[in-house]
Amino acid sequence: MSEKKTKRRDFLFTATTAVGAVGAAAVVWPMIDQMNPDASVKALASTEVDVSALTPGNTLTVLWRGKPVFIRRRTQEEIDEARAVKMEDLIHPEKDEDRAKNPEWLVMLGVCTHLGCVPLNDKGDYNGWFCPCHGSHYDTSGRIRKGPAPWNMEVPKYEFVNANTIKIG
Amino acid sequence: MSDHDYRPKSKVGQWFNDRLPLLTLANHLTDYPTPKNLNYWWTFGGILTFCLITQIVTGLTLAMHYIAHADMAFESVEHIMRDVNYGWLIRYIHANGASMFFLAVYIHIFRSLFYGSYKAPREIIWIIGIIIYLLMMAAAFMGYVLPWGQMSFWGATVITNLFSAIPLVGEGIVTWLWGGYSVDNPTLTRFFTLHYLIPFLILGLVVLHIWALHVPGNNNPVGIDVKKPSKDTVPFHPYIVIKDGFALLMFMIVFAFFVFYAPNILGHADNYIEANPMVTPAHIVPEWYLLPFYAILRSVPDKLLGVVAMLSAILILAVLPWLDTSKIRSAVFRPLYKQFYWILVADVLILGYVGAMPAEGLYLLIARVATAYYFLHFLVILPVLGFKEKTLPVPLSITEPVLGGSPNLAVARNKESKIE
Repeated sequence: MSEKKTKRRDFLFTATTAVGAVGAAAVVWPMIDQMNPDASVKALASTEVDVSALTPGNTLTVLWRGKPVFIRRRTQEEIDEARAVKMEDLIHPEKDEDRAKNPEWLVMLGVCTHLGCVPLNDKGDYNGWFCPCHGSHYDTSGRIRKGPAPWNMEVPKYEFVNANTIKIG
Repeated sequence: MSDHDYRPKSKVGQWFNDRLPLLTLANHLTDYPTPKNLNYWWTFGGILTFCLITQIVTGLTLAMHYIAHADMAFESVEHIMRDVNYGWLIRYIHANGASMFFLAVYIHIFRSLFYGSYKAPREIIWIIGIIIYLLMMAAAFMGYVLPWGQMSFWGATVITNLFSAIPLVGEGIVTWLWGGYSVDNPTLTRFFTLHYLIPFLILGLVVLHIWALHVPGNNNPVGIDVKKPSKDTVPFHPYIVIKDGFALLMFMIVFAFFVFYAPNILGHADNYIEANPMVTPAHIVPEWYLLPFYAILRSVPDKLLGVVAMLSAILILAVLPWLDTSKIRSAVFRPLYKQFYWILVADVLILGYVGAMPAEGLYLLIARVATAYYFLHFLVILPVLGFKEKTLPVPLSITEPVLGGSPNLAVARNKESKIE
């Protein structure tokens, strides 16, 4: 009895446990995955926005996937200010040219990357946005400059359908 | 469970008890020997049980009228307040009941800290208590989301976003928690489900908490073990039942004051504005009972480290029995610990105050110092104090200081039996 020998029973134990574990995982996964975004939420993928009324120096806020999107028609000073910033001064280095393909139009999620509040327009130390919740300052390109937020405000996928309409998503 | 053999008097009682010994349990609970020197700080266990039952009963009745849907939740709460018979009363009891629950639990926790109730052999009672406290915070947070006001919505957004600080999987976890790309209807319905579930989990843990308590028995203000056999204890009923009942009555006066005279003083006016995903309120603050931890979160300039600091501030309590190296339980006989204890109380109150203020300038500086001190207390002061502190002589028994008698236990015992 004392010698270690693999027996039929050991094999049965291992096989039963393995099959049981796979079965349990197969039942648990649907219970977990049901909490992920459902088909109807995913279907609301894109929004078209008419921006013809927007004059330079103003921001339009629209709702996309339950989140606010800032569409800012920037003034020349704002563009110059954003483009003059050196990369080494940035917490999350991104060129303004990459964030705003058409320099006059800045489109980004109006969601602070710290804990998800909506930053306030034309506020803060960098003339861009300021988050009232925990004090993050963003510049005129929506890049984080000061405060607890780790990243710049996210630029979603968008395109100009025509001169007056932006399609987000 | 019981130390002695119990046999019901009636035939029916015996018949029943032989099949399900519920009467033995009831007898154990009434006869449960309790140290006779317990002061009023020991009445909060009973008060907390009352709070839990109040929340469950008022919560069940509110759920009969509340509608967990993003389009209807806010209106259904107004419907409860205006149309449902006594709806205003039930909702105000439930909302203020949460605050009263936390008030009582903080007193209960700080009583343990002062008298060393978390030390051996009561570590498991303490750890179950910390788990209950964590579940209470989860229940309170999710309950606050249900009225779907501005604070509900943005509180939910900020707290769920804490998980996005986790590297790599953080964003995925947040989307999973939300059931979408922002806090929305799927979030509300699952929060309602969990808010409904958690109180019953707490109830189960309370049973374990009391069970674990009844193994070694209560700690007491002197912090020494009960001598067996001795006159150190009194039966739970009627002595403690009457005392707990009186304390509960006093507590209910405070409770009733808030419910009837200042039902909204502990809330935020912003929560009477329906949730709007486009506008964040100018000043987001959690409920008062979470403010110290909120201050710790904000005092760290890095997102991930801020979240880690906040969670550590709570979880550090779970290992407290091993951080405190002193053999003496009660602060009464620890002159240095007693001072540090009150500094900690002040520190937590200061954290609570700065947590309610904007995170800038002097407030931020104070929050940082207070956060550092909080961790210093648990990680440095407590372990070192156990070795360095010169403690005062501890009495031989609980009875001795009660009788003001001699240090000789035998003499004290004699005196006591004479009084009887």
